[in-house]
Amino acid sequence: MKRLLVSLLLALPLLAGCTKKDNVIMIGEYDSLSGSDATFGLSSNKGVRLAFDEINAAGGIKGKKIELKTMDDQGKNEEAAAATTRLITQNKVVAIIGGVASGRSKAAAPIAQAKGVPFVSPASTNPDVTKVGDYVFRVCFIDPFQGSVMAKFATENLKIKKVAILRDVKNDYSVGLADAFLTDFKNRGGEIVADVSYQAGDIDFKAQLTQIRSKNPEAIYVPGYYTEVGLIAQQARQLGIKAPLMGGDGWDSEKLHEIGKEAINGNYYSNHYTVESTDPAVTEFIKKFKAKYNETPDALAALGYDAAKILAAAMERSVDLSGKAIRDELAKTKDFPGVTGKISLNENRDAVKSAVVIQVDGPNRKYISTVTP
Amino acid sequence: MQDFAQHLINGISLGSIYALIALGYTMVYGILKMINFAHSDVYMVGAFGAYYVARALGIEAQPGIGSLAVLLISSMVVCSVLGLLIERLAYRPLRTAPKLNILITAIGVSLLLEYGGQVVFGADPKVFPEVMKDFVIFSFGNVELKSFDLTVLLVSVIAMMALQFMLYKTKLGKAMRAVSANPSVASLMGINPDKIIAFTFIVGSALAGVGSVLVGMKYPKIDPLMGMMIGMKAFVAAVLGGIGNVRGAVLGALIMGLSEEMVVAYLSSTYRDALAFGILIVILIFKPAGLLGKYTVEKV
Repeated sequence: MKRLLVSLLLALPLLAGCTKKDNVIMIGEYDSLSGSDATFGLSSNKGVRLAFDEINAAGGIKGKKIELKTMDDQGKNEEAAAATTRLITQNKVVAIIGGVASGRSKAAAPIAQAKGVPFVSPASTNPDVTKVGDYVFRVCFIDPFQGSVMAKFATENLKIKKVAILRDVKNDYSVGLADAFLTDFKNRGGEIVADVSYQAGDIDFKAQLTQIRSKNPEAIYVPGYYTEVGLIAQQARQLGIKAPLMGGDGWDSEKLHEIGKEAINGNYYSNHYTVESTDPAVTEFIKKFKAKYNETPDALAALGYDAAKILAAAMERSVDLSGKAIRDELAKTKDFPGVTGKISLNENRDAVKSAVVIQVDGPNRKYISTVTP
Repeated sequence: MQDFAQHLINGISLGSIYALIALGYTMVYGILKMINFAHSDVYMVGAFGAYYVARALGIEAQPGIGSLAVLLISSMVVCSVLGLLIERLAYRPLRTAPKLNILITAIGVSLLLEYGGQVVFGADPKVFPEVMKDFVIFSFGNVELKSFDLTVLLVSVIAMMALQFMLYKTKLGKAMRAVSANPSVASLMGINPDKIIAFTFIVGSALAGVGSVLVGMKYPKIDPLMGMMIGMKAFVAAVLGGIGNVRGAVLGALIMGLSEEMVVAYLSSTYRDALAFGILIVILIFKPAGLLGKYTVEKV
């Protein structure tokens, strides 16, 4: 009797879940809501929520409301994989919005691919991510592009010839950007005077910077995350290095200038969008984001928003809500007017769009130029 | 050559921070014969304590020696109280239990502080306020000695000298050494081992508090997991010098700081953490008691 009661009690939420499923569409998301790059995940999650709230307020998709189920991957690859499995098997989501880091997408995307659930990553820029399979998409550009954007910027805008690279060897993203930059910069006639490494989590970079200092580079390319870059900038200035630092979208966080203080000012990084844009899609997005969260959206928030909107648009167009139908519509995305630019997905399921170069100026980010593919 | 001098300055500065934390491991081990794995997380809580005090008092606006002193004291107080609590609630009830139980408890307390810290302080990194202005004190060509490096060194040296004085010139220090040698005989001599052990935790934790403010000043990014790696390194430093030996801890920490800096400079940063544990393995094989440690036969 007791056992029967227990099993009934256990079954209750399942039954309740079943009845609820009919008028909602479950969409899963995993993100780094905690861990060392938590601000990326939190931003991206805010963007996704804003997009779905808007869609729900406008009547949802095919008359059904979207229900977002967010999981925290704690910044760990294995947690991202576990979260994806749980979202698909337990929550029966029809699609997944992936996380921000490439390493975690590489761990999670194969699971979605195997189960035939469309997977859209807002910000995983490593080229290998979408090579997992035909269910894996992204709305951001890829690392080689970002690396060559900065190589082009360094030679054409800054007119420099000698650059040192300081890369995070533990991080696929950083290595990808550094490699692309290295190749492209050399092709443009530049010289790499030093190529040294650090590891995420380090706090002391003086040894590497002392080594770089002796080579007198005209700029230092540091394609890392804001947590370390802030410290690197400070320690570089402490050692009297005047050369500007350059980086990628991993710099884009409010924390960058808080950690880096004055030392980070005047340095350049490539990014997905700029808040200085006058494009109505962007200004509208910033207005809505500020109203909801009382803060200025960063690039990750914009990418999360675009990922959610592109997914929703594909679902609205698709004949039914099966994984295959949504996948096919996602693949057809052309000239989608996103906040981070006009987005078309190519045959590799990667977004083709331009990048902007930003200069840090305290809490402000000065728009410098747009670089097209 | 100039670069080498700079690496030397960087290494000593890093080593003196390791030393402050290594002393906590060594003192607790010296008296209780246990490794307090939660020590590095006490250090983390100290950094956050100082961070919140600085924000509450608005210290950011007035960097200087005074602000540094205020933060040092508040962090020391926070750490001492926490160290005392951990000793009282987690370790004292296990005083007579097998060593393994205490070791596992220490790891448990460590994890509790790390992940509890993520809940309480938030998981994203915080920025430590600017305690002092950094300026060049001495420069020779490219080599610069900055006020941060000197402050870190001075504060560490003062803290260690105070500890040395206390251990060898005061009654309390004598009692600590007595308990370290043999707690039951010490208690026959009218020493209360419980009080001495509690006091050891207070002193060790206070030193971790000093370390946390110095790290916060030099590397202004603090997060709930900041103690993990630095704690490991300091622990290795303590073992390297001979765990239980105060001078050994300082020596081990300086060796660690310098060799890390040199390895990154002349080989690759990939070897940085491998080096620490490589040293640990080598020392355990060839001189298990550490550089300055005395080899003692364990009585069974």
